[in-house]
Amino acid sequence: MDFITFIQLLDSTVRSATPLLLACLAGLFSERAGIFDIGLEGKMLAAAFFSAAIAALTGSALMGLGAGILAALSLSLIHGVASINFRGNQLISGVAINFLASGMTVLVAQHLFSQGGRTPTLEGNARFEPITLPFADALADVPYLGPIYSELISGHAILVYVAMLTVPLTWWVLYRTRFGLRLRAVGEAPEAVDTAGVSVVRMRFAAVLICGVLCGIAGAYLAMGLQASFTKEMTANRGYIALAALIFAKWRPWYALGACLLFGFLFAIETRFQNIDIAGFILPVQFVQALPYILTVVVLAGFVGKAIPPRAGGQPYVKER
Amino acid sequence: MEQSTAPAIELKGISKAFGPVQANKNISIRVMPGTIHGIIGENGAGKSTLMSILYGFYKADAGEVFIHGKKTEIPDSQAAISAGIGMVFQHFKLVQNFTVLENVILGAEDGPMLNTSLSKARGVLKKLAQEYELNVDPEELIENLSVGHQQRVEILKALYRQADILILDEPTGVLTPAEADHLFRILDNLRAEGKTIILITHKLREIMEITDTVSVMRRGEMTATVKTAETSPEQLAELMVGRKVLLHVAKEAANPGDKVLEVENLRVVDEDKVERLKGVSLNVRAGEILGIAGVAGNGQSELLEVLGGMIPATGTVRVNGQEIDLTGKNSDGQSRRARGIAHVPEDRQHEGLIMEFAAWENVAFGYHHEAKYQSGILMNNAAIKADTAAKMERFDVRPPNPKLKARNFSGGNQQKIVVAREIERNPDILLVGQPTRGVDIGAIEFIHKQIVALRDAGKAVLLVSVELDEIFSLSDRIVVMFDGQIMGERDPATTNEKELGLLMAGITDTSNAQMEAKQNG
Repeated sequence: MDFITFIQLLDSTVRSATPLLLACLAGLFSERAGIFDIGLEGKMLAAAFFSAAIAALTGSALMGLGAGILAALSLSLIHGVASINFRGNQLISGVAINFLASGMTVLVAQHLFSQGGRTPTLEGNARFEPITLPFADALADVPYLGPIYSELISGHAILVYVAMLTVPLTWWVLYRTRFGLRLRAVGEAPEAVDTAGVSVVRMRFAAVLICGVLCGIAGAYLAMGLQASFTKEMTANRGYIALAALIFAKWRPWYALGACLLFGFLFAIETRFQNIDIAGFILPVQFVQALPYILTVVVLAGFVGKAIPPRAGGQPYVKER
Repeated sequence: MEQSTAPAIELKGISKAFGPVQANKNISIRVMPGTIHGIIGENGAGKSTLMSILYGFYKADAGEVFIHGKKTEIPDSQAAISAGIGMVFQHFKLVQNFTVLENVILGAEDGPMLNTSLSKARGVLKKLAQEYELNVDPEELIENLSVGHQQRVEILKALYRQADILILDEPTGVLTPAEADHLFRILDNLRAEGKTIILITHKLREIMEITDTVSVMRRGEMTATVKTAETSPEQLAELMVGRKVLLHVAKEAANPGDKVLEVENLRVVDEDKVERLKGVSLNVRAGEILGIAGVAGNGQSELLEVLGGMIPATGTVRVNGQEIDLTGKNSDGQSRRARGIAHVPEDRQHEGLIMEFAAWENVAFGYHHEAKYQSGILMNNAAIKADTAAKMERFDVRPPNPKLKARNFSGGNQQKIVVAREIERNPDILLVGQPTRGVDIGAIEFIHKQIVALRDAGKAVLLVSVELDEIFSLSDRIVVMFDGQIMGERDPATTNEKELGLLMAGITDTSNAQMEAKQNG
């Protein structure tokens, strides 16, 4: 493999990792506050559809993004009401959201566009086009550093940069602000937050809504950045992979970046190569395609060391005594 | 009472009902500033409900609260905090993987950024530590702190919020004697600074030791408020229970027979490869109670668990002269029961009972295969229920309803169910861990009597307790455990709390002498 191919592979890694990373950080906010969210998948899917549909209708990617975020937010709100106010089972609420999104998107798409559950292909301003950073063309010929800058760093949609910046932002919010302290506390010991005179319900809702916004951006990027339309089930289980990455990352933002890049790298290999020839031994294409999912199973089965989830995760808070 | 200063807290006619249960009935109380006021009562007497009303967890059905003479509404914890009330709960409300500092500032931050709050809190904690002997490393994680230190963090939390009224709910339940002494010194310092303290407890000794005034609650009512100096433990116990209570078990001298349980060189290594028992040897004779004293976590639990068939071990254990299997397939609880060992585990809610199951189901556990509970291939539920009802009658379990879930009994009655199940099998050996933890004083008397009765019937009893009072009043011989080893054996008639306390801290006479020599040299 030559240098340029390798850079292209990394470039593709960044693109594949972006929706995973956004979804993973979305899950991080929610789960750090004690609300398990298996509905990342459904929220992303709904956001992908509504962003693509509104972008197709208005011709504006920004309107699409807004619609995607709103769609994911409404599903978050449902999850929040079910699991915080009504103290429902968070897994069931999440699964219900996934079912809802899976059916609703195709149904509405068929009704609006009559293209077999897809949206029309997005073009021009209806899509997030790659941005060329300053001097990218000029520096392209500098050996090694040139391609790294112009191929790998430059030339992504704006949402890719947003996702990357969300990592330090998340870290800062979690560990350096009052909001983050309370958010982490509410996922570990809600009774401590409650007795300190802070509303558990309000903190958890804030977390769930942030989760919705990030899922919305993730879905919008899928339909308007990575692809150029909405297709049925286009999230392809990325929501679940993001959850696996979250566990792999032990619910920490920088680790989440690493985990998502690893998964993204496997997706990049899958799209770039067919059969892989390792010293005469041929890895079949099916195996290569299965790699991200195999890693998911390995991670979830706990082969990567002990990951301790937030202690109050998944449990509705009931005031005692 | 002098009227010059307003009481720090005054409650007038507080009532609170949960459905048909009247938890608090027309309660009035005045606590003067700068005093320690004890509230004593059995479990379920309504002490915690009353304090929860004061901390904004519950809304009273009727009644008024006055703080420093001013009528105050307390709809939530935030309001209680702003009224200057701090609460130290029995189960700490701390975030385990946060540092001390983070726990202290949580909810009382100075602004949206943590840095300023943290550096301010660091200074305040340093000052509080000096003032009140409240030393804790502010950067340490809670999960690395001992229980006593965690409690200090709770007190610091309250003081950081500038509480001048501090409520402590059963604060010594989880502390070692030394930690409890330290806590009382802290409370003394706080009182000297003019803070008002309400101490909720069921331990009479603590009330006598530290409080200025004491109120007694029984069945939701405040039955008396007296000056501590003018009362006695016996009088308080009577006020709590509503009848005369024997604080010390009356028992005859033991009449020990043959060795029923012989333990030699018992060793246990836990999952983290830590050696929990380091070669323990002891024996218990028929007709005697061997008490094992020690601070919790020094191997007593493991000893009970090995003998009860819950964890494997190496070494030799003989029951009635015959060796028992410590690791193989005959080392489970079932085999132990077959050999005549009954076990009242330390943690009744996790090991003694299934909380969501009815009393009659719990009574059958471990003995459910016995012929009298069978009817063909089915369980004879009617027989179990009848048996349970009879046991409840004999052991005075209230309410005597076999169909009630274990969760719905008070701690004392839960324990009576477990004790009834184990003692009524007439075992050769009774293993009993913390028999009266969280149990009210009336039930303690009853359970102690049952244990002594079993001894008098010629059975062997191995008692593990962190309560020295209990060890003293029940044991015929006392051994002290420290760090997985037996530190020594003492005769309860000739030893005292101080001597045992030193052994419990791992200090034998020789090492004590060495330490003194070191200090002098």
